[in-house]
Amino acid sequence: MTSLVDLLTGDGDPASLAGYADHPPRMGFFTDTSVCIGCKACEVACKEWNHVPEDGLNLTGMSYDNSAGLGADTWRHVAFIEQKPAGDAGDVRWLMSSDVCKHCTHAACLDVCPTGALFRTEFGTVVVQEDVCNGCGYCIPACPYGVIDQRKEDGRAWKCTMCYDRLGTGMEPACAKACPTDSIQFGPLDELRERAAGRLAQLHESGVAGARLYGEDPHDGVGGDGAFFLLLDEPEVYGLPPDPVVTTRDLPAMWRQAGIAAATLAAGAIAAFAAARGR
Amino acid sequence: MSETEVTREGQRGIRPGSQATPGSSVGRRWGRRRRAEQPVVPPAEFTSYYGKPVINAPVWAAPDIPGYLFLGGLAGASSLLGAGAQLTGRPSLARTAKAGALGGGCLSVAALIHDLGRPARFLNMMRVFKVSSPMSVGSWLLGGYVPVAGVAAVSALTGKLRRTGAAATAGAALLGPAVAAYTAVLISDTAVPAWHDGYPEMPFVFAGSAATAAAGLGLAAAPPGEIAPARNLALFGAGLELAASHLMTRRIGMVAEPYHSGRGGMYMKAGEALTALGAACALAARRSRAAGALSGAALLAASAATRWGIFHAGLASANDPKYTVVPQRERLRRRAVLTQRVPPKGGRADLGAAMPDVTGPGRPGTAGRT
Repeated sequence: MTSLVDLLTGDGDPASLAGYADHPPRMGFFTDTSVCIGCKACEVACKEWNHVPEDGLNLTGMSYDNSAGLGADTWRHVAFIEQKPAGDAGDVRWLMSSDVCKHCTHAACLDVCPTGALFRTEFGTVVVQEDVCNGCGYCIPACPYGVIDQRKEDGRAWKCTMCYDRLGTGMEPACAKACPTDSIQFGPLDELRERAAGRLAQLHESGVAGARLYGEDPHDGVGGDGAFFLLLDEPEVYGLPPDPVVTTRDLPAMWRQAGIAAATLAAGAIAAFAAARGR
Repeated sequence: MSETEVTREGQRGIRPGSQATPGSSVGRRWGRRRRAEQPVVPPAEFTSYYGKPVINAPVWAAPDIPGYLFLGGLAGASSLLGAGAQLTGRPSLARTAKAGALGGGCLSVAALIHDLGRPARFLNMMRVFKVSSPMSVGSWLLGGYVPVAGVAAVSALTGKLRRTGAAATAGAALLGPAVAAYTAVLISDTAVPAWHDGYPEMPFVFAGSAATAAAGLGLAAAPPGEIAPARNLALFGAGLELAASHLMTRRIGMVAEPYHSGRGGMYMKAGEALTALGAACALAARRSRAAGALSGAALLAASAATRWGIFHAGLASANDPKYTVVPQRERLRRRAVLTQRVPPKGGRADLGAAMPDVTGPGRPGTAGRT
């Protein structure tokens, strides 16, 4: 039996921490945004395969991005950033990046889910069981990345499953399959981390100083992401938090504070009666 | 579609171009081209993606959830007041407090169920018990507390089953403080900056607010001869709540802004003023029934206003990327200073030198349409 503190902050394989004795290697995504061409094939393939409903036909004015961000009905989201040098016509730098659920090692959504609808799969990913979720909404503000959200007309919470059904039969997720440039790479996480380190070194050698990995570090605030990225600018430029921390890391301290506060309240009540004696 | 075949055993083959260098085809490299000119870029306050929030804001709605926070506090602290009143021979105050505990408990559960996306699946809360989920802990806590508070209230109101009623009163008084305080953990255990960052003091704000609410009910409904403990509890609660929320908002820095401005700030200010008014009137409550009623109403309203204020401050902090990005940047900066390391290659300083004059939706101060 894993202790609460281990479960919330411990090192190691999330599937093992969740109690799988025998399980396949942890699978993940490495999204190399330096070769993303913004075709949105991943968005489309995801919707098709997972029967994700329409997410609004809006023109946002945010470059070519009309799906605006991850949510209940957008499980892959391609961000478009146009960076223009001031006073210099033309020569726009395009940043395009396909965002997705990070399948955190320490996943706040899973920790706080009161029904057990969110669970850790044998692949180390995090999936919602739609037949269990009662729409309490706790996972939504718990996620430090703004991934999971409620489908209004249905009441339940939805997010990327890393195509759990496809993984089970040995196939790669729909988005990775559809990506024409291999910007989205799927595979065992260890292998992806190696590949990403090599790619980063290659880019730095070529003079792309802004290239950096995001979410690959197993010692970051969420214990490392199952889906990590190679970015060409600061994370917040892409709408990602620069230093995300799983909120449940502080949960033992929160329970302690609440215990002291509850005792304070009881003591205050006793004092209130003691001071009123004889009156 | 892809020439790379990715299987669970790994990748077979590499698609041509997947190792391309960005910008290489136009013969210009962003990383190098501008390194010669180095005008110092003023430190960016923060950057965002078109001003969009980083986290998804809670879908919890008012009045359900702030109402739940208020009613849970009212119920929990009322159980303490009810038990004390019974022990010290104040039957009228005991009845009032126990009825308040039952009413608050039932209404809070109703508010919680109403807020669910799938109310019919409420019982799924009882599928598992998870210490890592304050909502799971709270569901079980309420599941135990409400029936016990119910027995205590029914016994007090009917005068029957006295022994069972006394045991239930004691049980409710033991569970009550937990019911009042755990909701602070419920909201703090999220990525919502104004809630999470306030976690050390939040339970004390809630405990104080719960005490003022329960005391308010006692002051408003019990006869002047029995209200001395309620008055004392009101003063204790008001002091605790004001002190804890002051400490909290001072400690968390810029993340406290939503507690001082906008809708959250409005409710918080109203809460403070009503708390002060209620506490002042409580001092006069033993001489005048009207002062007691006014004090009670003010304290109940104060407690509710505080909960509404905290709720809306949380929403505001979730909806503005500033409150997520700036503290995290600051944390990274401090960590870099502590470990005596220069920012890693490709960090902000490096990039600023490489791209001094870049503007656009992704750059500081220009979040939005171009």
